[in-house]
Amino acid sequence: MLNSLTLLAAEAGEESTHNPIIPIWQEIVVGTVAFALLCFVLMKFVFPQMEKTFRARVDAIEGGIKRAEAAQAEANELLEQYRAQLAEARTEAARIRDEARADAEGIRSDVLAKAREESDRIINAGREQLATQRESIVRELRSEVGTLAVDLASKIVGESLADEARNRGTVDRFINELGAGTGGR
Amino acid sequence: MTGSSTVLAAEFPPSVEDFYLPSILPWNAHDSYWFTKVTALVWVAAAIIIIFFLVSYRKPQLVPTKKQWLAESAYGFVRNNIAVEMIGPRGVAFAPYLTTLFAFVLVNNFFGIVPLIQISPNSHIAFPAILAVISYVMFIAVGIRHHGFFKYFKNALIPPAPWFILPLLIPIEFFSNFLVRPFSLAVRLFANMFAGHMLLLVFTLGGFAMINANAWLAPVSVVSWIMTIALTFLEFLVICLQAYVFTVLTASYVQGALADEH
Repeated sequence: MLNSLTLLAAEAGEESTHNPIIPIWQEIVVGTVAFALLCFVLMKFVFPQMEKTFRARVDAIEGGIKRAEAAQAEANELLEQYRAQLAEARTEAARIRDEARADAEGIRSDVLAKAREESDRIINAGREQLATQRESIVRELRSEVGTLAVDLASKIVGESLADEARNRGTVDRFINELGAGTGGR
Repeated sequence: MTGSSTVLAAEFPPSVEDFYLPSILPWNAHDSYWFTKVTALVWVAAAIIIIFFLVSYRKPQLVPTKKQWLAESAYGFVRNNIAVEMIGPRGVAFAPYLTTLFAFVLVNNFFGIVPLIQISPNSHIAFPAILAVISYVMFIAVGIRHHGFFKYFKNALIPPAPWFILPLLIPIEFFSNFLVRPFSLAVRLFANMFAGHMLLLVFTLGGFAMINANAWLAPVSVVSWIMTIALTFLEFLVICLQAYVFTVLTASYVQGALADEH
């Protein structure tokens, strides 16, 4: 094989021959440096970064699930709380409504009582006034009846009844009779 | 033959010399290897990988962008499908190196079928040899660190077998574990890339050789070039497979070094 290769190379007129299985040391140096550089950059700056990203991603997903669960729990709790508050508010509103109704009832009865009182007072005052008026009228009438009777009597009887003492006694009797007459009626 | 080659300035039966292109700096020198197409490609491969990962992972986010996703899935592939699967939970620690190795081998292999480049640095044994030596040193170092020096070599060399068979087994174990492994690793990758390049050369140059020899052979030349295209697809498969195999074998050696039982 090697012989034929050398033969071929010689035939082709090459000045030097190569054995493909024997490495060229310059290429070893170049390859080592290039590969070392590649390893350094990738293994120092790129792949650890990737591992970090992978971990962060796992964390993010797991954390997201956990966060979602927490949020769900919190939402449920809030819902319960709102429901409780709503029920409380409803009973409170009912209580206030009842109270207001009771208050209104009280106020109404108060006003009614006051109005009744007032009307009673007015009626009583009117009655009293009527009574006093009646009394004064009666008194006036009594004196007037007296004089009228005396006048009438004097006109009828004339001068005979001029005597004061008798006159007074007759009038008083008359009036008493009159009073008794009204009282008996 | 050189005289008849008018279409392409390459001789037909492609030889090993076709793998050793004249250097770029100094221009066209045949005995200078510091700056050739192959070494330039190695630098380009390293640069491509570094730039790709740094750019796509400059601002990592929890919800990845398209580029970040691509970089992450490259790393995730080696991490989960090679490192963790082969080595177990401890494999995560080796995932960065294995990913770097995989990317380096893959990109370097890939140059073998990129139009106008079409030679893989891995068809020069120097580069697979470096990677194989690193893998070799790494798995031995990992084993010694995990088990201690003597226990590791006892684990690696003495299989659980009846005593009278041991004199036969120990040399075999030594041979297969400590002598053959780096060579098989390096030569497998190198030979695949070498053969792939050689195949493409044969069919491409063969087409030219036939059309130059006789114009009536032009249809055969066309068939030959179509074969080149078909073989390029085959090469793509080989490229991915060899990068994967190199990484998986390295992981497997590390796993073997870490294993408690033989």
